[in-house]
Amino acid sequence: MVTDPVLLQAAADLFPNGISRYAVGGLLVGLGTVLIYVGTGIPAGASTFLESTLSYVSDQSRFQQYVASRDWRLVFTAGIVLGGLAFAATVQSGLVTSSLYEPGTTGQLYEVAGVTLWQTDVQPWRLFVGGILVGIGTRIGKGCTSGHGVCGVGSASKTSLAGVLTFLTVAIGTAQVVAALGVSP
Amino acid sequence: MSDRHPLFKPLVFVGGIVFGFGLGFSHMARPEVVLNFLQFEDLGLPFVMFGAAIVSGIAFALLPRIRDAAPLTGDPYERRLKPFDRNVLVGGAVFGVGWGLSGICPGAAYASLGVGNVTILWALAGMFLGAYAQGYWRSRNHARDTAPTGAD
Repeated sequence: MVTDPVLLQAAADLFPNGISRYAVGGLLVGLGTVLIYVGTGIPAGASTFLESTLSYVSDQSRFQQYVASRDWRLVFTAGIVLGGLAFAATVQSGLVTSSLYEPGTTGQLYEVAGVTLWQTDVQPWRLFVGGILVGIGTRIGKGCTSGHGVCGVGSASKTSLAGVLTFLTVAIGTAQVVAALGVSP
Repeated sequence: MSDRHPLFKPLVFVGGIVFGFGLGFSHMARPEVVLNFLQFEDLGLPFVMFGAAIVSGIAFALLPRIRDAAPLTGDPYERRLKPFDRNVLVGGAVFGVGWGLSGICPGAAYASLGVGNVTILWALAGMFLGAYAQGYWRSRNHARDTAPTGAD
């Protein structure tokens, strides 16, 4: 085994933060999905929560089909938020260290009660306008990065593969245009 | 479906925690990192999405061979298959513009709130607004269109 320095350099350029944090994080995302699936048979996606939660406050017929699942979807989402907090309280705070975790330099860190929290530099208008389109698009398109991208692709669903290819291609184009227009961060 | 096993919600909760921890660890809860991928500055993101898809895919393939039904619901183990129609492409494209503009998708946005990113509330407010707008519009149209929607 001789490591090729040209290949190593190319990998360092394409993966400036390594790949282990991505791979380990992905395994955990998959594991969370599997836990729920093993016990319940449900391949859980994250975006249906938006419509199912709206059924608590709106009597529009579109939302009523999610009344049966809205309670557990709320629990699932609360778990995701708490999982993010658990990550912040351990790895992000330096309480747990691992060679598999590359901290990165984006955004800003701040501390509350000994827990290192993180905040984005991406402008609020981008998050808000992007959020509106995400809210419309995932619901019309029947899924998001977890529903289509993880559960659907994991199910070898042609519909989900088409969905993922569509949103991945369009997102890359959009981000390139936005960057070319000089919008940063 | 209303009276499910007492462990149903606790399991969903624990699954959500592991899911959210993974989104934090992978930095998908950071919009900047997603945008860096979409601009080809850090190609790590597919390791998250496809890594997770491989792990869940193994379970989706194996479980139906081992058991007939899930212990907490009695539901059969099935793959996640949704009917294909034009909406998948139209909705996917709209989602793509939003994802490319903001670097945020639903699951990662919830986890982002957990890692302390209070600014993400702008994205969450936007998502609910967008989901409500499409629901309002489709509720109107659905009244005329009696065909049942796909199961979920």
